[in-house]
Amino acid sequence: MTKLGMALLAGVVFGIGLLLAGMTDPQKVLAFLDLAGEWDPSLALVMISAIATARFGFAAAEHRNDTWLGAAMQLPPRRAADRRLFAGSALFGVGWGLAGFCPGPALVGIGLGYGPAVAVVVAMLAGLCVAGKLPKGPPH
Amino acid sequence: MSIAWSAFTPWQALAGGTLIGAAASLLVLANGRVAGVSGILGGALRTRGRAGWQIAFLAGLLLSPLLLHAWLPGVGLPSESATAPTHPALSWGRLLIAGFLVGVGTHLANGCTSGHGVCGLARLSKRSLWATLIFVSAGLATVFVGRHVLGGAA
Repeated sequence: MTKLGMALLAGVVFGIGLLLAGMTDPQKVLAFLDLAGEWDPSLALVMISAIATARFGFAAAEHRNDTWLGAAMQLPPRRAADRRLFAGSALFGVGWGLAGFCPGPALVGIGLGYGPAVAVVVAMLAGLCVAGKLPKGPPH
Repeated sequence: MSIAWSAFTPWQALAGGTLIGAAASLLVLANGRVAGVSGILGGALRTRGRAGWQIAFLAGLLLSPLLLHAWLPGVGLPSESATAPTHPALSWGRLLIAGFLVGVGTHLANGCTSGHGVCGLARLSKRSLWATLIFVSAGLATVFVGRHVLGGAA
């Protein structure tokens, strides 16, 4: 139960962070991606402060074998970058730049009752399912 | 390039980013998991009923506006119409194509802005650095082409 409570709390705090930062407004995200227009640097500060704060958690986690709740750490294994990562990141970036939604803000947008976010999430779920059926390629 | 000083919200950005990093720290220290939204969503889809913690995290994201707005009404509401897209970047067809690409891309890349951009970089992962450089570049290029090459307000 505690594990579920911690995950719920992390989700709430993560979502409130996105809302406070204004990242739930796709126009603000697109204004960051528009270097040649009226550039809004806010998203860069969101990323920098999020990475700096998360660094404390991950640095502490690297030195631990188990979690606060006594379970095993389940961090993804460190792997080399490959073509699948490059292609996937490029497709994701194009989708991000087309409408200004990445997965976190799109889900929080549903909680806001924001129609465009609902459309993005429906299509995103379809994309996740379709890509899940693609062959994985050789193991790395 | 010209900086839109009137739109720039440095304090809100720093406060929000700090909360995002705190949430990622909490999830890794308490549950040993990476706060990557696309991965958590994919996990919830694949394992259906057994994906307890993933569903709890996603429920937290969905509930967050309700909780925040009890204290600070309206914070984070998009400037656009809540029900129908009025901005050209948000036509329904475009939203569906964008969402589909985000779904396929984050699945292939095993992560998105949160998993690679925040958690992966905080772990000093080279893979995540590559992912972040590529998706930010692709996003910049897409907006450049949409707004300044093809023209239109999108």
